[in-house]
Amino acid sequence: MTKKFRMKTYTDTGKKDTRSGFGAGLTELGRTNPNVVALCADLIGSLKMQDFIDENPQRFFQVGIAEANMMGMAAGLTIGGKIPFAGTFANFATGRVYDQIRQSIAYSGKNVKICASHSGVTLGEDGATHQILEDIGLMKMLPGMTVINTCDFNQTKAATLAIAEHDGPVYLRFGRPKVANFTPEDQKFEIGKAVQLYEGDDVTIIATGHLVWEAIQAAQKLSEKGISADVINIHTIKPLDAEAIIKSVKKTGCVVTAEEHNFLGGLGESVARTLAENNPAPQEFVATQDTFGESGTPEQLFEKYGLNAEAIIKATEKVLKRK
Amino acid sequence: MSKIKELEDFATQVRRDILRQVHKVNSGHPGGSLGCTEFFTALYQGGIMEHKPEFNMDGKDEDLFFLSNGHISPVFYSVLARSGYFPVDELNTFRLIDSRLQGHPTTHEGLPGIRVASGSLGQGMSVALGAAQAKKLNKDKHLVFSLHGDGELQEGQNWEAIMYAAGNKVDNIISTVDVNGQQIDGSTETVLPMGNLKAKFEAFGWDVMEIEDGNDMQQVIDGLTEAKSRTGKGKPVCILMTTVMGNGVDFMMHTHAWHGKAPNDEQLETALSQNPETLGDY
Repeated sequence: MTKKFRMKTYTDTGKKDTRSGFGAGLTELGRTNPNVVALCADLIGSLKMQDFIDENPQRFFQVGIAEANMMGMAAGLTIGGKIPFAGTFANFATGRVYDQIRQSIAYSGKNVKICASHSGVTLGEDGATHQILEDIGLMKMLPGMTVINTCDFNQTKAATLAIAEHDGPVYLRFGRPKVANFTPEDQKFEIGKAVQLYEGDDVTIIATGHLVWEAIQAAQKLSEKGISADVINIHTIKPLDAEAIIKSVKKTGCVVTAEEHNFLGGLGESVARTLAENNPAPQEFVATQDTFGESGTPEQLFEKYGLNAEAIIKATEKVLKRK
Repeated sequence: MSKIKELEDFATQVRRDILRQVHKVNSGHPGGSLGCTEFFTALYQGGIMEHKPEFNMDGKDEDLFFLSNGHISPVFYSVLARSGYFPVDELNTFRLIDSRLQGHPTTHEGLPGIRVASGSLGQGMSVALGAAQAKKLNKDKHLVFSLHGDGELQEGQNWEAIMYAAGNKVDNIISTVDVNGQQIDGSTETVLPMGNLKAKFEAFGWDVMEIEDGNDMQQVIDGLTEAKSRTGKGKPVCILMTTVMGNGVDFMMHTHAWHGKAPNDEQLETALSQNPETLGDY
């Protein structure tokens, strides 16, 4: 006999890309915060920055295909009291310019917002040269860097507004594909605060970015099998909401983490470290397995690399046996 | 006493500070520091920069300076301290544990006068350009100065910045290149020849001028004054300043050997005897 419980419904209000959430947030900041400036390395359209530029041409800096210079200039702009939002693809916003970020931004404690679109594999057909599955690890290792990976349009917009109010360097990670938009339009985004999506007793599912919607689908299907999942949306990977994670896993006794990132260095490792220190528990990692991506549609890539609801269900079934 | 003589005396004391800092911890970079002593003295003491030793990170309504080749921190620290940014005694803590005077300059410990970390080469011009653009947005007419090693120009990021500055008419910046012709592994000519730097900067669209002897105080003052007069005319300004690495200490001159090496006790004594105390040792 299976347990019976009522599942809260999350409604997709219409598929949108998270990068457009960033663009909408930046446009709003352009109107509300005169200190916000933006930089881009020849990817205005991809980053959805055109509205901000049209309304604030003097506060926008086109640096050309020169990301290292962009990061240094962003650091310099803070010295005049500006709040720079530097946008490019996640690959070029992290690995390509790691030392510039490390010395001129992180070590120097500069209030720069690194805004990275096309993260993970879901930019799709461009392939592995433009995909990145290592960026969360790279950025979370930098002392003082806040790392955020948003899940939908509304959350990305809210995060964009929130990071302007935060004093310190931030890495904001979002993506290219149109995905379900299901979080509240008027949400208050609290950096470092987990969002509880479902209450459950059997397993904790902790997801970030595009995998949050997949976690919701997985939890609904698991409920049909009588498995109740505690589902947590971790938008801030650093600082991690350890309290919410420990509280949940104390209740459920096992955890599945889900992210569009390598299992080395990502959310899963941060969760594992937190639990190892506080409340050791069996954990399964829904993540890429130390591999590069490849060309394909987002759906094909999610399926091939085990990054969808089905993969979360399998991982849950596996972790439940390890309890 | 003439203004130039006063500045020369200041520079002599700075040389002593450089030598004593690196000698005490048996590490640090005296060669490039000694070569740029006149430049720093001119900037901070010679009336070239309008600056505020009470120090505010935002640096509004004052001229700003960024050191890109951060390894010459001993000269920077000495000049900042003797210009009132922090106590001169603190030079005693150079490179020691728990010091604000890190091996390479950093904002991390809150040392007044430092606005960005440097040491990993090639990053300073970009930061200076950002600060220069912020000044334009803030309608602040003050200037941004930066200093770069000649060997440092081998880092590609410089050329991204050089291209940006001219392409965007950032004409409130004066970037000086310390042309001492030396780098760690030898002369720039043997390590990686950079060709005609003047032609390169000009081809990128900069207004380029030269200081033939960057260790002649009058020439440095005149050159920087001339550079200031060339700002605000649609082009970034570059000064190619020829210096002698290790200048002022005969056995350290004209060689890369003292790039990152401290003098021993005997060598220190000789070096200090060539630079008699002028303002008082710390």
